[in-house]
Amino acid sequence: MSTSRPRPIGLIGATLALLRKDLLIEWRTRARLNAIVFFALATLLMFSFALGPDTRLLEKNAGGYFWLAILFASVLAMGESFRVESENACLDGIRLAPADPRAIYLSKALGNALLLIALGIVLLPVMVALYGVKVVTGFVDLGTVLLLGSLALSAPGTVYAAISSNARARDVLLPLLLFPLVIPALLSLAKATSLVLQGDPMNQLGSWLGLLLGFNLIYWGVGFVLFPRIIED
Amino acid sequence: MNKLIKWGLPVVGLGVLAAGWWLGLAWAPPDREMGDVQRIMYVHVPLQWMAMLAMFLNFVAAVAYLVRSNASWKLDSTAESAAEVGLVLGALGMVTGAIWGRPTWGVYWSWDPRLTSEAIMLVTYTGYLVLRRFVEDPDKRATWSAVVAILGAINLPIVWFSVRWWRSLHQVQSSPKTVDPQMVLCLRVSAIGLLLLTIALLMHRYRIAMAERQAEVALPEALPGNSPAASVRDTPKVA
Repeated sequence: MSTSRPRPIGLIGATLALLRKDLLIEWRTRARLNAIVFFALATLLMFSFALGPDTRLLEKNAGGYFWLAILFASVLAMGESFRVESENACLDGIRLAPADPRAIYLSKALGNALLLIALGIVLLPVMVALYGVKVVTGFVDLGTVLLLGSLALSAPGTVYAAISSNARARDVLLPLLLFPLVIPALLSLAKATSLVLQGDPMNQLGSWLGLLLGFNLIYWGVGFVLFPRIIED
Repeated sequence: MNKLIKWGLPVVGLGVLAAGWWLGLAWAPPDREMGDVQRIMYVHVPLQWMAMLAMFLNFVAAVAYLVRSNASWKLDSTAESAAEVGLVLGALGMVTGAIWGRPTWGVYWSWDPRLTSEAIMLVTYTGYLVLRRFVEDPDKRATWSAVVAILGAINLPIVWFSVRWWRSLHQVQSSPKTVDPQMVLCLRVSAIGLLLLTIALLMHRYRIAMAERQAEVALPEALPGNSPAASVRDTPKVA
């Protein structure tokens, strides 16, 4: 970065540079990760209080609670991801750099997905301890579900976070817009995680992963196309 | 001419709708199995059709707004009025469906794909209208709400598909039905009446929306959303 460049860098270069910047900010404060980890832990704990002391019930529904905790935490994380940019008009600065708006979308969405993956990795052992679950079909399956799930939540979530971060009552707006949208993803995630945790005798995991993959392709595509219109002025 | 449509259309629509409902209640034969309960169909089915139509109009207007480089307020106002009218019709359709479901299925609500998709549709467009209330800048509001409308509309078939898949592990619902020609006629008359009424409502709401846009562009400070308290809250905290 020391020499001045005559032409702007490409989409992937800009995405990586912006992602690196976001991760660096996150690493230096670790505020967002700390906040969402403790928030999600508290949520997992609350589910067990809401259900009473029946551990079998908890174990049976663990997949759904796991993803609900991540979803609630993701609303906080994604809302915060654009709040950083609205301070000191940073977003305008990035766009004047000039960075491709689509690179801003990709970097933000990837950054949010990485954060959610990290959150999932931290939550798993806690869930094993609290709910008494065990990973039956293997960690590769679980990793795939976590990867696809985090990507599925962050693709539409990043679009809506960009919108709601500039609106009034943004803390209400983001969940109100996002929750109905991610219902197909949440449904297949809860189902797929239950299959991973309780065994998959009928071989259904593949079809739920396929649905998640399709959801990802659609929303990453639509977000990539529509995001530039959101942050234009 | 304009005035004739403005006042004539709702009157004609209400008249045709009343005729259709009267035929449905008094003239059409009762259903063999459901009896008189089935007559709510003449209210429920047209409501659902018109709700779908209005939501489709909203989607088309939203896409057109984003695609066209010199999109006017007309498209944005069309989208707004379609979403609001569609939400009212869809909510009424859901309530009438629940009233029918209780004596027929024994429950007000069932998690089948159609009902679930409809519920999610109502929540989606409620979010859409809430977003419109919370954004003061008319340009941004139009663009953002168009994006939200498109994402929400794409979502509905995915929801329908995924819930069907999810449910198919438990039960499959099927209801083959043969419909009496008298019933078809009543349904058609009710649907045409409601269609006319829906168009009248859309046009009325559209006029209100256009008047709002004009007021916003002409006098941005005079609007209730831009009270001093709100503008202080909105300014970024930069010294």
